[in-house]
Amino acid sequence: MPQEIERQYKEILKQYVTRQTEQNLYAGQNFSRQLIQKNIAPDEVISIHKVALEEAFPELPMVVWNSFDLLIEMMIRYGLAHAEHQSLLKKQEELKVEMDLAANVQSTLLKTTVPQVDGLEIGLVSVPARNMNGDYIYFLSDNLNNAGVAVSDVIGKGIPAALCMSMIKYGMDSLQDAATDPKKVLDVINRIVEKSVDDDMFISMFYGRYNVEESIFTYATAGHEPALYYNAKQGEFSELHAKGLLLGVVANVSYEQHAVTMETGDFVVMMTDGVTECRTDEGFIEPEIIMSLIHSLRDETAQTIVDTVFKELEKMQNFELRDDFTLVIFKKTS
Amino acid sequence: MGYRSSVEILTEWDIVAARQLGRNEAKEVGFGTVDQARITTAISELARNIYLYAGKGKIEIERISEGGKFGITIIASDEGPGIPDVRKVMEDGFSTSGGLGAGMPGVKRLMDNFKIDTVVGEGTVIKATKWIR
Repeated sequence: MPQEIERQYKEILKQYVTRQTEQNLYAGQNFSRQLIQKNIAPDEVISIHKVALEEAFPELPMVVWNSFDLLIEMMIRYGLAHAEHQSLLKKQEELKVEMDLAANVQSTLLKTTVPQVDGLEIGLVSVPARNMNGDYIYFLSDNLNNAGVAVSDVIGKGIPAALCMSMIKYGMDSLQDAATDPKKVLDVINRIVEKSVDDDMFISMFYGRYNVEESIFTYATAGHEPALYYNAKQGEFSELHAKGLLLGVVANVSYEQHAVTMETGDFVVMMTDGVTECRTDEGFIEPEIIMSLIHSLRDETAQTIVDTVFKELEKMQNFELRDDFTLVIFKKTS
Repeated sequence: MGYRSSVEILTEWDIVAARQLGRNEAKEVGFGTVDQARITTAISELARNIYLYAGKGKIEIERISEGGKFGITIIASDEGPGIPDVRKVMEDGFSTSGGLGAGMPGVKRLMDNFKIDTVVGEGTVIKATKWIR
């Protein structure tokens, strides 16, 4: 094979030296594509050039040949750098495959079922910015009287966040009783997180529970984005605030708990900062814009609202998600 | 065992001497220009590692032949600190990212065969062989 390459290159070289046309240059460039495909190193290319030149123009002075030896010597490391680059590319490809697998494992492991209770519609959208989602949603429900949801955001993204989430999941699994008070839920998870996580890892969480019999939405938060409450009668939004430290900072925190009575048509919008910190090149998208968008969709189903809001915000951001995006809506329908 | 010659590595100038020896041997055995440059680069890298990390050591060049094939083996030995994590130094991007040069993966690529024996606290012996194609 090398002889064949040398022969072809000699032909191209002769052509070009005779006539310096664009066509002959084009032939050379096409030939280089072949060399790359065959993995011919840069140092070898110069050697091929030297050999071709020696055969075609043996009368050239010694200084020319000597200079090529220096050039070959210099190109050896380029050849090595090139080979290393190739091998790193391959490694990167392998890592990507592994990441995709891990993301699959994550979504299977962290799967949660949307509760079905009378008179309540639940809409959910959660989209990761990268492979692994740092937002985590967990539903806790008896599918009768109580539907609870934990919306959490592990501060930090990617693999460390994903690993941290399995811990939250198993903590939540241990609760089982869907009637558990939100402040109690946060207290339990906080203790688990505090015990098992590095000091530089924090998790924010909003926990809300809807009680079907009394139409009451009870909530508590651990340093999470406030939820939005839409009052259908007044046609207005208000924020659901509560005091509470991020999970994992200290072991003993008493979380505040509040409640609102929901009327038909009212809904609660829970989210992560991927929603509130949506931004375009001009800056953050104003919360008012998000609210008016939701307002315009108020008569749609909860799932339609979250899907549409996501699509609109994605479009506004030119389809570039900077952070994991999660939106959950609890809407009272009767 | 074939004909062997060697250079002691004590100063940076000895790296040049080792290169010279390697290039002469490679030329005499019959390697082409590119392979001469590759063998020399490998020697350079190994000698530099001795100079930088072990302080002193030796580069030996052995002419070899087997079943009508001819080649060269570079033997780099030192009584330096040894390499605690060989897998790490053999990783791409480990030494080059720090601007140290081609590193061990580079030497392995330049040659056909590469073998490393190292004991922490006792030293390192690296053997790298290249055959004429």
